[in-house]
Amino acid sequence: MRSTTPKHRVFNKSIEKTLLFIILLAVSILMLIPLFWMLSTSLKNIGEVFEYPPKWIPKTFNWQNFKMVWQLVPFKMYLINSLIMSGFVTLIHLIVASLSAYAFARLDFPGRNTLFLLYLGTMMIPGQVTMIPNFILVKTLGWTDTYIGLILPNCFMAFGVFLLRQFFLTIPRDYEEAATIDGASRFMIFRKIILPLSLPAISTLAIFTFVGQWNNLLWPLVITNKEELKTLTLGLASFQGMYSTSWNLLMAAAVMGIIPSLIAFIIGQKYLIKGITLSGLKG
Amino acid sequence: MRKSGNLRKRETKTAWIFLLPSLIGFSVFVFAPVLVSLVLSFLKWDLLTDAKFVGLSNYKNLILHDETFHLVLKNTIVFVLGTVPTRVILGLLLAMALVKSIPGRTIFRAAIFFPVIIPTVAAAMVWRWIFNTDFGMLNDLLYNLGVNNLPQWLSDPNWAMVAIIILSVWKDLGFTLVLFMAGLQGIPKVLYEASEIDGASKWQKFWRITLPLLSPTTFFVIVINVIGSFQVFDQAFVLTAGGPGYATTTIVYHIYTNAFQLFRMGYASAAAWILFAIIFGITLIQFKYQKKWVYYV
Repeated sequence: MRSTTPKHRVFNKSIEKTLLFIILLAVSILMLIPLFWMLSTSLKNIGEVFEYPPKWIPKTFNWQNFKMVWQLVPFKMYLINSLIMSGFVTLIHLIVASLSAYAFARLDFPGRNTLFLLYLGTMMIPGQVTMIPNFILVKTLGWTDTYIGLILPNCFMAFGVFLLRQFFLTIPRDYEEAATIDGASRFMIFRKIILPLSLPAISTLAIFTFVGQWNNLLWPLVITNKEELKTLTLGLASFQGMYSTSWNLLMAAAVMGIIPSLIAFIIGQKYLIKGITLSGLKG
Repeated sequence: MRKSGNLRKRETKTAWIFLLPSLIGFSVFVFAPVLVSLVLSFLKWDLLTDAKFVGLSNYKNLILHDETFHLVLKNTIVFVLGTVPTRVILGLLLAMALVKSIPGRTIFRAAIFFPVIIPTVAAAMVWRWIFNTDFGMLNDLLYNLGVNNLPQWLSDPNWAMVAIIILSVWKDLGFTLVLFMAGLQGIPKVLYEASEIDGASKWQKFWRITLPLLSPTTFFVIVINVIGSFQVFDQAFVLTAGGPGYATTTIVYHIYTNAFQLFRMGYASAAAWILFAIIFGITLIQFKYQKKWVYYV
């Protein structure tokens, strides 16, 4: 048996905390070093890139690397395309998912549970299974190299329906019953009561969907050939193909590809972490 | 609350109106494609010439004869075995540290979590440079640590997969971390206090309280990590283009190449269904065996 006096224990605790602090600091630095290395390389000139041993901080900051990338490829267009794709998928997904989630959570209709199970079942099927028929469908409809082809097939995800239904179920029914007595229609209740009360869940789902689509590579890769429709992920991948050893330019492109995520992260960190936690609770 | 027949009818009608957009979308882009994909897997079809019904031969070839498929299957399993346990162990240890009241913990959490949301493409570009044999940061670091036989990383078939695993652990560690933190915060503090009064050591507390009570979270973390890892594509596409040779070609990469470059739609669909069967089977086994180690309060 160990005998520790309270004084000892306080002392041990503070040693432990200092140790943990140092470990966590080291891990955090380790996690951020790759990004620092990216930033550092993005500011080097090409001579310095191939210097040995590599320098951590460039002698001069070559900001023109960023301008070069901007001029060599239509980077702005990539960003706009990603914004259009992610924005519209998020918007449509939220509208469609919240409407159906309300029906599943609050309205009585024959076959409700079966249909809901069918939705949930699709969460198990990997996207690659549906991707090939969707590609053929989009091709047949002549939607390759169009925004609608990029956007529409990505708007229907059971996860969103599931997440919002779970949240709607936690809203007390009293609010709605009071409104029903006042003669409000179901749609009015949905719009004026349910949606405002669900803002946290909707924000979480919105930022999740947006980030997911912003990072989506496979679908744009499959569905677009034209330069004018390339998204950021696709633009970055093809830029790497063209300038595979101009590391300073590649890193400048990577920095520019990460900045929008950084902004989203700063705005939505709370919702992102809440979303992951929420999805974890259902396990 | 009992509803009269009329009211019920009206509610059913309202429900279908609410469901309609979703139902149309799901039917066209999810339910129908699932069925079509199944049909495709029994065909030989390149989108140009007429499709030919070949029965189960796509599956038979993939499972019995196709050595490339066996190789990409092996690669994917190596990837799963390399990433999942690493992320689970590191994620748990870091989460246990981060739930304590340590100064700067929100900043530490943010630093570890940030890579999760950046595009994998951008992350892979950065790591391709880090893994550069001659001028990369990693080999410089290893050299300074006294390593003489510096790995050739991306051009060495044995190291290329390790490189992809390192990138993937780095990128998605924060996801696992956040889940574990939520799980740990759900364990009642009273239990620890009570065990301290009984003189329990740190190890005992970890094995007897933390691990059992965290097991539902651990189970969930493992299940979704396995599902996600089996679908790896972006990393391999950007970092190594599946190479050298087939050393880092994964199942999804193989499906992508066959469907969209070689236009072997039937073959690729069958491969996608085999991937689904593998994921489904492993998930099912995990759910079956969870009784043995997952402890629900």
